[in-house]
Amino acid sequence: MSGPMVAARALTKRFGAFVAVDGVDFEIEPGEAFGFLGPNGAGKTSTMRMIGCVSPRTAGELHVLGLDPAHDGPDIRARLGVVPQEDNLDTELTVWDNLMIYGRYFDLPRAEIRERAAELLEFVNLSDRRDSRVDPLSGGMKRRLTIARSLLNRPELLLLDEPTTGLDPQARHLLWDRLYQLKRSGVTLVLTTHYMDEAEQLCDRLVIMDNARIVAEGSPRRLIADNVTREVVEVRLPIEADLDFEAARLKRFGDRIEPLADRVLLYTDDGDATAAAIMSEGFEAGSVLVRRASLEDVFLILTGRSLED
Amino acid sequence: MSTPPVLRIVEREALVFARLWRGIAFSTFVAPALFLGAIGVGLGGLVKAHTGAVDGLTYLDFVAPGLLVASAMQLAASESLWPVLGGVKWMRQFHGVVATPISPGQLYGGFVLWTALRSMLGAAAFLLVAALLGAVPSAWGVLAIPAAGLCSAAFCALLAAYSIKLDSDLSFPMIMRLGVLPLFLFSGTFFPVSQLPSGLRPLALFSPLWHGVELARDATTGTFDVAPVLAHIAVLVACIAVGASFGVRRFSRRLSP
Ligand SMILES: Nc1ncnc2c1ncn2[C@@H]1O[C@H](COP(=O)(O)OP(=O)(O)OP(=O)(O)O)[C@@H](O)[C@H]1O
Ligand SMILES: [Mg+2]
Repeated sequence: MSGPMVAARALTKRFGAFVAVDGVDFEIEPGEAFGFLGPNGAGKTSTMRMIGCVSPRTAGELHVLGLDPAHDGPDIRARLGVVPQEDNLDTELTVWDNLMIYGRYFDLPRAEIRERAAELLEFVNLSDRRDSRVDPLSGGMKRRLTIARSLLNRPELLLLDEPTTGLDPQARHLLWDRLYQLKRSGVTLVLTTHYMDEAEQLCDRLVIMDNARIVAEGSPRRLIADNVTREVVEVRLPIEADLDFEAARLKRFGDRIEPLADRVLLYTDDGDATAAAIMSEGFEAGSVLVRRASLEDVFLILTGRSLED
Repeated sequence: MSTPPVLRIVEREALVFARLWRGIAFSTFVAPALFLGAIGVGLGGLVKAHTGAVDGLTYLDFVAPGLLVASAMQLAASESLWPVLGGVKWMRQFHGVVATPISPGQLYGGFVLWTALRSMLGAAAFLLVAALLGAVPSAWGVLAIPAAGLCSAAFCALLAAYSIKLDSDLSFPMIMRLGVLPLFLFSGTFFPVSQLPSGLRPLALFSPLWHGVELARDATTGTFDVAPVLAHIAVLVACIAVGASFGVRRFSRRLSP
């Protein structure tokens, strides 16, 4: 296939009068890892479900693998892998039976499913649990099984809705590692996340969604370069401090400042110089931190809110 | 050779059934034996002492096809309430299914088909026990199995279409008590509808169970006219068609909103 894996134009989803996705445009190229980043309720899952052909679009255009979900849903779904936000494993069955049955939904021959299932359990480090029921598995194990399940049909396009939410750091790194491997083998990845580090690690390109719209698009590096200064100075304030007063005091040191609940961020191209200037003003050295700008800052600047809100 | 999507759903249900069969064996074989023993033989003896025959049949011969189809209905009803809501809301595995090439309507179709097949399995076991007790005078009796399957499909098609869009199971106990139980008691299962007050008798026409029971009784006794048999089949098929016209749409709305 030569065109984009997914192409959306003015894509819109309404539930009754409520607008969940408000005319978004994006294209996802073969082999890339593409991210949707945004706070709760931004419309990430609604968009993913339209791409996954389990939610009809209300308006606009959408092509997935060059086909139209409105007509070719089953043909598209046969070539997708889906890791939904909420696990929906078959808890009445064992790990192994889950894979066998899911493979049958794609009408794969049993012998082939068996072969693939054994490989995939190895891939997600679950081989020793193959005869265990799904119910007692930990959240991370269920997530890994869901990923193994999504790969049974050797998908060209893998949709991952918050693949690592709720996982401990170790489980998350294992998953990232597996996703890298998939990407290297040519699978196109589309993922949503609230985690900046995940987006920066995994995504070649991403869009930031807020309130049902896309507010920015680009590579993580591009987004930071275009929207934020190179460095950020964080000044932690004691609990009793008057935030507005301190923010006013700090204003002249940065190109731009963002007061948060317990600290003030100063955007600047020379962090060390700015930090030194601030400390000479009487701020304690231990409360001043210089760091590189991140996607978190991009989000804050574009939406005026931090992602965790 | 591709397997139709509807049958892939049946495969899943059959696998769950196979994994759990020990738990299910009791309700499949032992329960009919107990029912037939207590009601057919025990109560039947009492009936014989008082009135002799029911509609020209021994009570055991009369009640066996009634219980056979009534069990199929009960199975269909309980399978179409909690497990359907569980599939969409609690365990959520239906959402996993519709992310594959299988569509919500095919999931619904497979679910109804499986419920009918499972009821037929139960009906076969029931028929065997009944035959051993001498309650199946005619070889036509094997046709009681598809009669039970048809009746089960009718209930499943209607009730699964209802359950799929619910947000809670609050209404289910009421359906069982105020819907399924009265049908169970008054659909010509335990006594002929001619025993009902004359004003209530026509209501039996609206009970899918009554049509199923009549079909099964025609089969096990081997005495029937073709016209009523066709009419009973037509009613049950109509129930399935009405259920399906809602079910396919409601499954799609719920699973692909
Ligand atoms: N089936 C539905 N019916 C009505 N409203 C819905 C439905 N699905 C989603 N919404 C609404 O659409 C909005 C966007 O939801 P969506 O799940 O797409 O957000 P999200 O970006 O994935 O958020 P989160 O990070 O919390 O997963 C929310 O306000 C949600 O309540
Ligand atoms: Mg979401």
